[in-house]
Amino acid sequence: MAKVVAVTGNEAVANALRQANPDVCAAYPITPQTDIMQRFSGFVADGLVNTELILVESEHSAMSACVGASAGGGRVITATSSQGLALMWEILFIAAGDRLPIVMPLVNRALSAPLNIHGDHSDGMGARDCGWIQLWSENAQEAYDNTLQAFRIAEHMDVRLPVMICLDGFIISHSIERLEYLDDAEATDFVGKYTPLYPLLDVDHPVSYGPLILPDLYMEYKRAQHEVMTKAGKVVLDVAADFAKVTGRNYGLFESYRLDDAEIALVILNSAAGTAKDTVDEFRGKGIRAGLLKPRLFRPFPYREVAEALKSAKAVCVLDRADSFGGFGPMYMEIASAMMLNGAKPLLINKIYGLGGRDFLPEHAELVLSELAEIAKSGAVRTFKEYIGVRE
Amino acid sequence: MATTTLTLKELSKKEDRFTHGHRMCSGCGAPIVVKQLMLASDFPLVVANATGCLEVSTCISEYTAWKVPWIHNAFENAAATLSGVESMYRSLRKQGKIDKEIKFVAFGGDGGTYDIGLQSLSGAMERGHDLLYICYDNGAYMNTGIQRSSATPIGADTTTSPVGSVIKGKTQPRKNLTRIMAAHGIPYAAQASPAHWRDAISKFKKALEIKGPKFINVIAPCNRGWRSSTDDAILLSRAAVDTCYWPLYEVEDGVTRITYVPKEKKPVEEFLKPQGRFKHMFAPGNEHLLAQFQAEVDREWDRLNREAREQTPEKA
Repeated sequence: MAKVVAVTGNEAVANALRQANPDVCAAYPITPQTDIMQRFSGFVADGLVNTELILVESEHSAMSACVGASAGGGRVITATSSQGLALMWEILFIAAGDRLPIVMPLVNRALSAPLNIHGDHSDGMGARDCGWIQLWSENAQEAYDNTLQAFRIAEHMDVRLPVMICLDGFIISHSIERLEYLDDAEATDFVGKYTPLYPLLDVDHPVSYGPLILPDLYMEYKRAQHEVMTKAGKVVLDVAADFAKVTGRNYGLFESYRLDDAEIALVILNSAAGTAKDTVDEFRGKGIRAGLLKPRLFRPFPYREVAEALKSAKAVCVLDRADSFGGFGPMYMEIASAMMLNGAKPLLINKIYGLGGRDFLPEHAELVLSELAEIAKSGAVRTFKEYIGVRE
Repeated sequence: MATTTLTLKELSKKEDRFTHGHRMCSGCGAPIVVKQLMLASDFPLVVANATGCLEVSTCISEYTAWKVPWIHNAFENAAATLSGVESMYRSLRKQGKIDKEIKFVAFGGDGGTYDIGLQSLSGAMERGHDLLYICYDNGAYMNTGIQRSSATPIGADTTTSPVGSVIKGKTQPRKNLTRIMAAHGIPYAAQASPAHWRDAISKFKKALEIKGPKFINVIAPCNRGWRSSTDDAILLSRAAVDTCYWPLYEVEDGVTRITYVPKEKKPVEEFLKPQGRFKHMFAPGNEHLLAQFQAEVDREWDRLNREAREQTPEKA
């Protein structure tokens, strides 16, 4: 039986981690993630989990210890934000290259400089190419649900890759929302038991992790990594189908919101998607065929499926809460790539919003949708990339 | 210390868990250190290796010289990585999923230990993981082509502290890492030399028996970087001890004990002369460099002796 509660995103995620009962957790504080590891430390102190807690001296060591622990042969977690993820960056690639199913909530926060502790997606987008599977979450419920599903995806024998679960710093991590928890037994049953694969601690069958591989074989290893990533999408859907059986809550590779016949569409991640959906409804009320696509699985990116979902749109705006300075926003580049695949060529514009925790308001979504309606009608684009909600 | 039970005859019967066929340079000191560690242990071992000569030369593609489980993560994080493995071991053992007694050993060079890996090492020691960290100290970044590290001795000619017309090699004395590790209050920190094999193996053995974090710093001559002969590794690691450049000692539960006192303290020239990296110090006009090196060695040796004397328990 589901239990309905009012909790913060961090509390919800911490409880998902407790229900998964990891063997090892490496923890290091950073705002706004700290609360997750603080709560988890409490679960360890109260004996609610079997976890050995490693209270490391940096995020670099957190991910390094996770790599060692996961290679050892058990379930491993950590959590981080922003600068912490940036410090881990080197080892993120190693965790993926060694095919270690580490699960890590990432409470999205802006990167320095200037120093800012509030939510944006620069951290997660900066880790785009590190070989981790990324699940993004609109609200606390999705963050909780994604965390439980992450274990199943990461540890699946066709995958064996690390997964990060992204949720917006403060907006979701620290806001109290209505949430349905799975019963502990139900959650534990859903996550399942950890199956070790080539454990380092099996001293009777010694294995080596992290060899030197030169040009003769390196590329074959990387292709293998590419191939396994292309299979992960199917596992994500299979796990989602199982999750729906238990909870009735349905997850796909992304969420399509009133998109079927949409002429204008927004593509937007995480919490701001919730705000934008209300505005889409308003436009629909005015007889304008507006829709919204909210990506969930960002790596591997479901290009074909996204292209199919946006095929009826004449004008699309990708809203990015991160920037690739000198380029388009990171999500824009993905959507532009997707559009190439089915030959659909909507007019595709990019707005950068909400950096460093700047509020994304319904009026922002309204301005963008109005501009899209104009573009759809005239076929003329004023500017392809623009910052919105910014002081002049 | 039970040094008397260690005989070459007995050791020669032990299984080689670090095999031949690796690609370390001939005459390198580091594989001797690994071999001595393997001979010291009767326990199942799991080894973590920092990026460096030892790592890139011993596990390449499908081949490995290690007959024990082995993990290489990155350059600066062997201690953090092994602390993760050891934590998983404690977790699984607590849950009854592993019953064997396993020991954990990390190997890092001086670059990966004194410099880039110091934070990771310090953290692992402070957290009290049951592991032994061994630094094979060859006094520079040898794997990348002999760049100075904080373990490089004063005056040494390296590719980033070259002997020029104005600056004559490295201008700073080396960091005393063994002392820094002992200052963590860990149960065991020691210094060893492959030339004094009985002393080294005894220290490895002792460290593996002690619960908690242990650190042993072992001098490991590198004939490429030191510009010495390929058959000089043992000679030089002995000269390092006899000149008191590399004193053999241990700090157990906070008590410092010098484990080998040379009968006659040799002048540092005996250690420096066979090495091309110190050649300029013997040129006319550079006598002050030699004097500076000797003064540095004397100062550290005196300090160590003072500490050992002060900490010797009063005899009844």
